Amino acid sequence: MAITIEIPTAFRRFTEGAPKIDSGALTVAEALNDLTAKYPALSRHVRDEQGQIRQFLNVYLNEDDIRFLDGESSPLKDGDRVLLVPSIAGG
Amino acid sequence: MKEIHYLRCRECGKKFANAPLSFCEECFAPLEVSYDYEALRRLANRDALRDRAFNMWRYSEFLPLPDSFVPTHAIGGTPLVKSRKFAERVGVKNLYFKNDAVCFPTLSFKDRVVATALVAARRFGFDTIGCSSTGNLANAVAAQGTQQGFETCVFVPADLEPVKILNSAVYGARIVRINGNYDHVNRLCTQIADKFRWGLVNVNLRPYYAEGSKTHGFEIAEQLGWELPDNVVVPMAGGSLIGKIAKAFCELAHLGWVEPKQVKFFGAQATGCSPIADGVKRNLARFQPQKPNTIARSLAIGNPADGPFALRLIRESGGWAEDLSDPEIIDAIKLLAETEGIFGETAGGVTAGVAAKLVEQGRIGRDETTVVCITGNGLKTIDAIAADFPVQDAIEPRLEAFETLLEQHLQRIASAQTEETHA
Repeated sequence: MAITIEIPTAFRRFTEGAPKIDSGALTVAEALNDLTAKYPALSRHVRDEQGQIRQFLNVYLNEDDIRFLDGESSPLKDGDRVLLVPSIAGG
Repeated sequence: MKEIHYLRCRECGKKFANAPLSFCEECFAPLEVSYDYEALRRLANRDALRDRAFNMWRYSEFLPLPDSFVPTHAIGGTPLVKSRKFAERVGVKNLYFKNDAVCFPTLSFKDRVVATALVAARRFGFDTIGCSSTGNLANAVAAQGTQQGFETCVFVPADLEPVKILNSAVYGARIVRINGNYDHVNRLCTQIADKFRWGLVNVNLRPYYAEGSKTHGFEIAEQLGWELPDNVVVPMAGGSLIGKIAKAFCELAHLGWVEPKQVKFFGAQATGCSPIADGVKRNLARFQPQKPNTIARSLAIGNPADGPFALRLIRESGGWAEDLSDPEIIDAIKLLAETEGIFGETAGGVTAGVAAKLVEQGRIGRDETTVVCITGNGLKTIDAIAADFPVQDAIEPRLEAFETLLEQHLQRIASAQTEETHA
């Protein structure tokens, strides 16, 4: 089982330029933990001091914002894509 | 002259040089344009406005523009309409409608934001510009972008009102329809701006774009005789406009152009997409995103970028937020048209109806000065109300036929009155 975590350009200075990583995570939380374990410098940009995902970081599982799913507990299946989008703009 | 504006993170305060960048590289919060206010105080002079035309460029010193900038179009400068009949109907004395339904050139307040965004697009050397849009912004980007010689490409949800799509296509802009709601479109545009060297006005040019909204606020203050109102009722989609009106008022007060005042900010949303109003009403620390389902498409943003700031502003100002169901929105559009002769789009119905609701709740005082922001024209959302106005049978071009029609009309009125008396 493998899922992909896609990394936006703004994060790549912490990931040695990698645009994505593969992971065997079973939940979104595990996927984020895999990402920050591999690139510890990214940790404080992903989570705030209380350990919550930063307010201005949006996490998507395939097409859906994880807040419409089970949040960080959302289960992952083979081939899923977890996408990080900093500060959604628009409006 | 040295530039007096720069970018600043709205959360951590980190400063950045001017660039096509919309979020902080440290905490990923949105950036906004800030100014050296001491320099601005020396530069800007209220008396100088006397010789300037009444449009958004009269406040140029407060906008992120190069010294060499020469305005070509009279954008903004819309009427502030003192309400009589609507105010009487809801029971207040000093109610005004700031009417951006007649903003030049595309009949919504988005003309203002596109104007400042395209100055930035030119400065940063973009050839192609675009936006993610619920419709009004696409119209404004299409009109100004193509006219100014940019390659223009707008991204919209596939189910957008046909009128709004046509109103972008006519200018020669490329239109990309996306299967999904606005939040999907927006996410895609964030990825496009990340990958391509395109200037997307509400993505990587967003700090410059949003500054244009301040001119809506400057005009309100000037049209009230350089005074701030007690209350402002503002429609909320991404939640940016409400904050920019507040910023405009703060800047005027800071420079001594108006007396400082604790203005109450009231946010208006449609019940079918009300993440910010819901956050205010339930006193949430963070709003919950929603999947939009409302006729007020221009407000249908379920994950508003400036939601956290709008929530904070409303709370700190002592204001409130309310929302309106779709039938209530239609009733409010009609009431605004019948009482003031203003045909607002669905978002205009939302603000007018919410203003009435806030008076009823006692949150807006009867003697206070209140400004209600109408941000788009009803001609763009005729689909929403078409069913309420069925086409009537035609009559022959003869006087007798008209007299028969008139008689039937009078009879209907008489029987309606009889029913009312018996009710």
